[in-house]
Amino acid sequence: MAKLDPSQLPLEHIDPRGYRVEESADDRMVISVGPHHPSTHGVLRLILELDGETVVDCVPEIGFLHTGIEKNAEALTWEQAITVIDRMDYLSPLSNNLAYVLAVEKLLGVEAPPRATYIRVLLMEIQRMASHLAWLGTTGLDLGAQSIFFYAFDMREGILDIFEEVAGARMNPSYIRIGGLAKDVPENFNAIVAEYLGKFPNRLADLEAILNDNPIFLDRIRRIGRISPEKAVAYGLTGPTLRACGIDYDVRKAFPYLNYAEFDFDVPVGTHGDVYDRYHVRMRELKESHKICCQALDRIPKGDWKIQDRKLTLPPKEEVRQSMESLIHHFKLVSYGIDVPVGEVYASVESPRGEIGYYVVSSGKNRPWRVRTRPPSFYHTFALPEMIQGELVADMVAVIATVDPVFGEVDR
Amino acid sequence: MKPEALSESFARSFPSEVETLETPFEIPQYRVKPESLRVVLQFLKQQGYTMLLDIGGVDYHPKSPRFEVVYHLLDIQSNDRVRLRCSPQDEDPVVPSVADLWASAAPAEREVFDLFGVRFSGHPNLTRILMPDDWEGYPLRKDYPLRGPRDEVEAKFAAERNRYYAPKLAGDL
Repeated sequence: MAKLDPSQLPLEHIDPRGYRVEESADDRMVISVGPHHPSTHGVLRLILELDGETVVDCVPEIGFLHTGIEKNAEALTWEQAITVIDRMDYLSPLSNNLAYVLAVEKLLGVEAPPRATYIRVLLMEIQRMASHLAWLGTTGLDLGAQSIFFYAFDMREGILDIFEEVAGARMNPSYIRIGGLAKDVPENFNAIVAEYLGKFPNRLADLEAILNDNPIFLDRIRRIGRISPEKAVAYGLTGPTLRACGIDYDVRKAFPYLNYAEFDFDVPVGTHGDVYDRYHVRMRELKESHKICCQALDRIPKGDWKIQDRKLTLPPKEEVRQSMESLIHHFKLVSYGIDVPVGEVYASVESPRGEIGYYVVSSGKNRPWRVRTRPPSFYHTFALPEMIQGELVADMVAVIATVDPVFGEVDR
Repeated sequence: MKPEALSESFARSFPSEVETLETPFEIPQYRVKPESLRVVLQFLKQQGYTMLLDIGGVDYHPKSPRFEVVYHLLDIQSNDRVRLRCSPQDEDPVVPSVADLWASAAPAEREVFDLFGVRFSGHPNLTRILMPDDWEGYPLRKDYPLRGPRDEVEAKFAAERNRYYAPKLAGDL
């Protein structure tokens, strides 16, 4: 393997900027925030150059949580890879699952049955609510509103309970599978979801009552961490962070997947692209997600929850006990997996953080040749300097909180 | 810009540089030579593809050309996407950097360099991003062992290795 030594690169490859912060002027101070700092929401290290309390320069450093998920996925079968891909964006595992599964389904040329599609939409939106609630709690905590943290995490707990009931796991359900779902939803699914959705608006209103008119909170989030729409596009921002700048790009509307086209919902947009707008866009997204959930819950049809193709999805267990054919299918699917036709495909979904896309390359075998993730948080992290420069150190915390990066996804 | 219009304008402006590939799934794709990559991307940016969604690498080892750098662009006004695929040479792969055209390209190119060893000429700060700075080798290359260099060292204890990771188990059945 040809080895490349970065120190041997021609000088034009090395940025004096990257090192400038190390040798700063006397009256400036260089501090390192993270990787172990509660307000960095994970393992982000920011090297800050300060002039008094003002941030003059900021260099993000990532990679502390690199676990080689993309490399691992290449060594697993198509179906097994779902479980490691699950662990990228750990606050919203289902959107990882869904984007990857949609990519594989496109390669296979199959589509999940209607029941599975509606359940996927419902769970995706519940997942978005859970992720935004975790964001709301931690943001409140970062900005000194501690009670929000307990309320929001308590609400998120209700959603995790639904996931536990449905998939058996609270955090990384791996519930969305190629051709449908891992299993059918339990009998009491409609009841528990309806109960949760019924309680949700009032409880969210309680949280809003604490924050929205709170002068201390408003003073801390207004007019800081701005980014212009042009810059936001150049930095590849997506999701609520982009929409706060006034651009209404939402994958659910721009490139409808599943059956989002059938649902009636709005895409909240901000105007200034500052922390205040990002806060409000996310809060309104919570309500829009609730709206979609209520619509989806009423529409879930009866029928198959996975494709009834024995070459693609597992046969029911009772059938395996009775039929030789099914036993062979079961064994083959579990041990060897499925062959996916040669091709390259890109599928993306709107995760709570932005557009998460999978560029999947198949060589026709039972394992993916390459699984490239487009992680929204990765691009958001490298837009942080643009938002933080010129702000106070205390505001840096607010900016990171409302950009909401998840480092499992940044570092993969 | 619509895919048909894009193909036409490519045929007009870059007859020899851009090769149109078939489009099996929605996104039209084109193959571009590394030397004309910058011109084509600049052209696309002027045509309204203002967002560089993603830069990813693929290693097709042992095929040749081995590496491929894949660019996904988005026209945020008309919601059109396009994919450019660019294959640098196998030995010492170099692709021109577009970090000055899109701010998002800088970290994405660093990642491709880090994991595949594809260099981006003209990049302002081409250093490792996910792996430690003193790491040897490029992990996402196909000839890089799954568990890193220790896989080669421990090869003689093959039987003790974790069965789950045994490289050929699933494929050999």
